[in-house]
Amino acid sequence: MAKKAHLNAEQMAKTQREISVSEFFAKNRHLLGFDNQRKALLTTIKEAVDNSLDACEEAGILPSILVEIHQLEEDRYRVVIEDNGPGIVKAQIPNIFGKLLYGSKFHSRRQSRGQQGIGISAAGLYGQMTCGKGPRIWSKTKRGKMHAFEMQMDLTKNKALITKDEEHKEWHQKEGTRFEIDIEATYQRGLRSVDDYIKQTAVSNPHAELRYLAPGMEEVRVYERAIKVVPERADEIKPHPYGVELGELMKMLRNTNSRWLSGFLQEEFCRVGPKVAKGIIKEAGLGERSYPTRIAREEANKLFRAIQKTKISAPPTTCLSPIGEERIKEGLMKECDADFYAVATRPPAVYRGNPFQIEVGIAWGKPGDDRLEVDKTGRITKTKKKRGTTDTEDLLGNADEAVRVLRFANRVPLLFQQAGCGFTKAVTQTAWKNYGLSQSKGALPVGSAVIFIHMASVWVPFTSEAKEAIAPYPEILKEVKLALQEAGRKLGVHIRKGRKVASEFQKRSYIEKYLPHVGIGLQEILGIDNEEREELVETLRDSMESTRKI
Amino acid sequence: MAAKKTTKKKATKKVTKKKVAKKVAAKKAPVRKTKAKLRKAGPAERSGRKDLRGVALDSIQEVAEDVRKVAAAGRLPDMTMPQRNLANVTYDRKAGYFELKGNMKTRTLDVNSVKTFAQTLRLMALAKEMVADEDFATKREAYYVSKNWGDAKFNEQRESDTVLDDIEGMFSMKEVTRETLRFVPEEHGGSVVGNLIVVDKDPETGEDIRSDCAAMGSGAYTVPSSVDHLAFETTAEFVLAIETGGMFQRLNHHRYWRTANCILVEMGGVPTRATRRFVRRIAEGLKLPVYAFVDCDPYGICNIYRTLKVGSGQAAHVNRDFCVPTAQFLGVTPQDIIDFGLEDATHPLQPVDIKRAKDALKNDPFFQAYPKWKKAINQMLKMGVRAEQQAFAKWGLNFVIEEYLPKKIAATKNFLP
Repeated sequence: MAKKAHLNAEQMAKTQREISVSEFFAKNRHLLGFDNQRKALLTTIKEAVDNSLDACEEAGILPSILVEIHQLEEDRYRVVIEDNGPGIVKAQIPNIFGKLLYGSKFHSRRQSRGQQGIGISAAGLYGQMTCGKGPRIWSKTKRGKMHAFEMQMDLTKNKALITKDEEHKEWHQKEGTRFEIDIEATYQRGLRSVDDYIKQTAVSNPHAELRYLAPGMEEVRVYERAIKVVPERADEIKPHPYGVELGELMKMLRNTNSRWLSGFLQEEFCRVGPKVAKGIIKEAGLGERSYPTRIAREEANKLFRAIQKTKISAPPTTCLSPIGEERIKEGLMKECDADFYAVATRPPAVYRGNPFQIEVGIAWGKPGDDRLEVDKTGRITKTKKKRGTTDTEDLLGNADEAVRVLRFANRVPLLFQQAGCGFTKAVTQTAWKNYGLSQSKGALPVGSAVIFIHMASVWVPFTSEAKEAIAPYPEILKEVKLALQEAGRKLGVHIRKGRKVASEFQKRSYIEKYLPHVGIGLQEILGIDNEEREELVETLRDSMESTRKI
Repeated sequence: MAAKKTTKKKATKKVTKKKVAKKVAAKKAPVRKTKAKLRKAGPAERSGRKDLRGVALDSIQEVAEDVRKVAAAGRLPDMTMPQRNLANVTYDRKAGYFELKGNMKTRTLDVNSVKTFAQTLRLMALAKEMVADEDFATKREAYYVSKNWGDAKFNEQRESDTVLDDIEGMFSMKEVTRETLRFVPEEHGGSVVGNLIVVDKDPETGEDIRSDCAAMGSGAYTVPSSVDHLAFETTAEFVLAIETGGMFQRLNHHRYWRTANCILVEMGGVPTRATRRFVRRIAEGLKLPVYAFVDCDPYGICNIYRTLKVGSGQAAHVNRDFCVPTAQFLGVTPQDIIDFGLEDATHPLQPVDIKRAKDALKNDPFFQAYPKWKKAINQMLKMGVRAEQQAFAKWGLNFVIEEYLPKKIAATKNFLP
């Protein structure tokens, strides 16, 4: 092999230049959930729906969202998401839909679906790269007029250009936003499909109405709204000292307006008063009146260590907006026809200074299986319950299959990387045998059941930017397990009661089967007549059943 | 049992020519000259004892009537019967057989017992019909009768046998046996040859039929399933109860019973009830000693011999009449293995043998009553081997006739109890 000439620093400098975020993500789109065509479709829809739901809730509007997928060519689809949210002012449109890492959510400590502000613009970028056309946006605010935009993104400058802007006087909505993009994609049904996502979103957002049209559907499928109350808006909070890493702390020190270190701590963080601030500074061996902007790396590190050593009370939990037990139950009942539902909510807890709250729900037992009912007199009857008509994918599996785990973070369903998710870990680490489900060691329990797990948090620790799995922080695992145990106990009581009734029914059928032969034997020996025989058997049956109360 | 007996034939070929010659020469020597004394015994007392048929019918009626009364009163009826297992028997040397301790089990009608409860009543109904009509059913037939009962039918004969045993146990206090209830086992009793005349009756004409067990040629008299009506005449001096058909054939072929003036009974494993009763009647009625000749292994001693002598735990309620308390153990004893040089004709004890032997030492009231037996069983366990009756063929096919049995019978005081 011929030896190639090495480059010197100057030569290298010629090829070294800034890489735009857009460029970076164009090359690394798998990090954002665009790794294959099937996932690209899902991610596009997911990001748009997340944004719509967030916008509606922030504006106090009951969300009503339309999702459409149209097949244009074999592997090209047009995706439409339209909401009844507050709309977006014209000036912000190119930023929101065209610029990566632009948004209101990254810097705030408030619970919301989106976090980084990457998602929807990445979808637009993906569409432009695969089909050559940027996104189209229709938007109308309450007071403004409806605008129809067409956009092109500039990959090198992380910028979007509006190529067309039409003003319309009429629109079919008072306010709202419609997002349309053509992308290279594959539409499939089944697990982890868009269908699945829409259905799960309907479960975790019982206050939203979803309308959905996909290829092969004859008409728009409507997921009705079960609750007519918009979830309470979560408060925004300042970061908690425990949750801040050194680099972030240094950045905050540089950017603060506070002039004294003590003031900085009290201003920029929650749960830090004069006393706590004093304690931290003393521990760090710094002066209360030091200028924050002049704190060097070494001192910042001391400050960081001091924070960890100081006792600071947990962050306020008003920043959380859990779904609520009733709503989880409503959501499950609406989309998952089962025999029994159990829900449990944990009190808020904290990981790395971030408040979070865990809620779980369990739907168990396929209706349509035979059901035993006990009436007031204690008689057991077997009835066949009618199967609820669910035209969509059935969330409940069969009794010999592993349970389905539905994972949600801030009401957003997580469809991928189930195995690598902290929630799944918590489920497998729970002893389900205690609650009437069978389970192999280290595996998901088996049974016709759906386990719903929701984490509400100002900052959900995803394992990647594609927001597919929750990092297994010990505090989170613990809370999930406790919630699962609580719901599990309710399920266990129900299953055991069901088994008891089933075994009692079996025993009574046994009596029913053999008792007449006691009568026949007596008749043959004693020569009694049929009437007395029947009477004896009847009396015996009553005596036997009266000793068997349920 | 059958499997272990077949392997022995080849070993016989290893006997040296010299020894065979010696044995053949000795063969004609020991013809015992004894004064033939004729003894007679009539039908068993209990066969004529009151009206057992009536007792049986009354007992069935009584149980059913109880069930009806309790049921009509709105309570749950029950049936009480003795527990049939080794834990519920005691052994007293004076009585001579396993007696029930009196532990009872009560079967109350509930979901777990309803099937058996119904089956018990239906089998009792069948018994009542058979007693009234003087018909009978083999245990197998009784099982098939149940096939017409729909849901209540038995799935296996084992189940119907158990219920029959329960019924028998229930009535045993009134001396009503399975045979009185007209259930008979389908297996016949053992074979008998020797100086014995059995007087039976023709079931149709009622005439006496005399069977001379010395005139059976190469065949044998077969013990019928019911023996109480038989009468006996004999000139023999003892009864030899033999475990295996092979040994029985050898002794019969060489007319050992003539030489030794005895009666040979082939038990064929654990003796059936009829065989036990038959031997008992000869022993008691004709006042003859009974010697048992079985394999030297835990099965031969702890099952075959023990059951012959004192009965079983399973059928404890009938042991009184269905065992031979005067029986003695001729052999093969563990000591015989040493005394007769059989060490190299043995097989190692299997785990199941060891378990059986240890179980007998620990739980069987019979062996616990005799230190000699404990010693013998421990000796066998220590030696770790078992020897079959046919092992004597090592010293020549007829060594057993010419040497072993005469030597043993010459010293009956050395027999194990």
